[in-house]
Amino acid sequence: MANDGADTDLDRLVVAQIPHLRRYARALVGDRDRADDLVQDCLERAWSRLGLWRRDGNMRAWLFTIMHNLNANAVRNAKRRPGHDPIDEATFHAATPPSQIDRLELNALSDAIRALPEEQRAVVLLVGLEQLSYEEVATVLDLPIGTVMSRLHRGRERLRRAMAGEPAPSLRRVK
Amino acid sequence: MTAGAPRPVTEGELNALVDGRLDPARAADVERDLAASPEEQRRAADFARINAGLHALFDPVLDEPVPEHLRRHPPTAWHRRPWARGLGAAAAAVLLLVVGAAGGWYARDRAIAQRQEVAAILQPAALAHRIYVAERRHPVEVRAEEEHLVRWLSNRLKIPLKTPALDPMGFHLMGGRLLPTDRGSAAQFMYEDRQGRRVTLYIRSDLQGNRETAFRYVQDETGVGMFYWIDGAKGYAVAAQMPRQELMAIATKVYDDLEK
Repeated sequence: MANDGADTDLDRLVVAQIPHLRRYARALVGDRDRADDLVQDCLERAWSRLGLWRRDGNMRAWLFTIMHNLNANAVRNAKRRPGHDPIDEATFHAATPPSQIDRLELNALSDAIRALPEEQRAVVLLVGLEQLSYEEVATVLDLPIGTVMSRLHRGRERLRRAMAGEPAPSLRRVK
Repeated sequence: MTAGAPRPVTEGELNALVDGRLDPARAADVERDLAASPEEQRRAADFARINAGLHALFDPVLDEPVPEHLRRHPPTAWHRRPWARGLGAAAAAVLLLVVGAAGGWYARDRAIAQRQEVAAILQPAALAHRIYVAERRHPVEVRAEEEHLVRWLSNRLKIPLKTPALDPMGFHLMGGRLLPTDRGSAAQFMYEDRQGRRVTLYIRSDLQGNRETAFRYVQDETGVGMFYWIDGAKGYAVAAQMPRQELMAIATKVYDDLEK
């Protein structure tokens, strides 16, 4: 069937955000399938609540908020279970590197992102990758803006040390 | 504005500079202040590299074709993953409906209430379930043993019907009946297990709006649960009084068999 579900303006607004939701989810959870599952869960919830969305609202922030809440639940549940899911290395290392940043540095960055505390990772990615404003991030994560700023700074400091090859003391390598 | 002596750059300013969140005049001031501190300058450059690295790592995702199942209202996605994994998703789609004194189903979710197609499947399916599940002597109009059951209902609904095989879950097909709708005909199939529990599958093929919905779950206050979904003109509902997870397994089998 050719129907892609985008049969109203609202639907189209949602569909337009799917690539961004996928990018963020991939960076947040690492594994491609789990990331798309998260995107799918987010979209299902969004479709079912579309009527509640305010037309003058920020669709992007709304969708990221839904995704954040779903992921926070998933992380909480995963913590109750033993064991870790394996990290899909291929998804990280398949991307094309830009000329200025070399492959080793990128690998170090992707490992370091995985090792970041969840709360810092979300802020670093929403700001640095998705380019949400600090205010939007505060809304999405339901945090005071001061907390957003301090998590952003601490997260970046950790990534910086990792990229420079310094092992952070509490850096946990997941193999 | 005259440039005073450089002052220490705060964390907030440094990050905002990196993220391009300062207006040009302010950015120029901060950059000037940064120039006085090589260490902070390196930090800012490294932070900018992190941002660039994030884009290098993950921007390729933007160029990947979006999987078809993510582009549409979700029923199609169920092929891909077993329901056990979809528990979270299903929970997200849970909408509690309350059966009012008059017997109507009232959606609490405005999004749902606005969609008449949903009401057009929910209400008649729930009504037919309540009435015929309680029927001891004539639960079905045509018994499963009669060969023409499926052909007859297919002809009346003008779509090829199938009866899902629920034997793996312990339910056998009792038979079916033709039901009226406000526009045409609907069909109900009924299944029963050894303890006498009954499941109904309601199908209508005359919905308007040609949209697809997610697989959704509703429950009334008596504990009757129903999974339903819409695929274009076709609407389906699987109802029974049993734990949601058990009903989910049945609804999933129904969906899979109908899609085959």
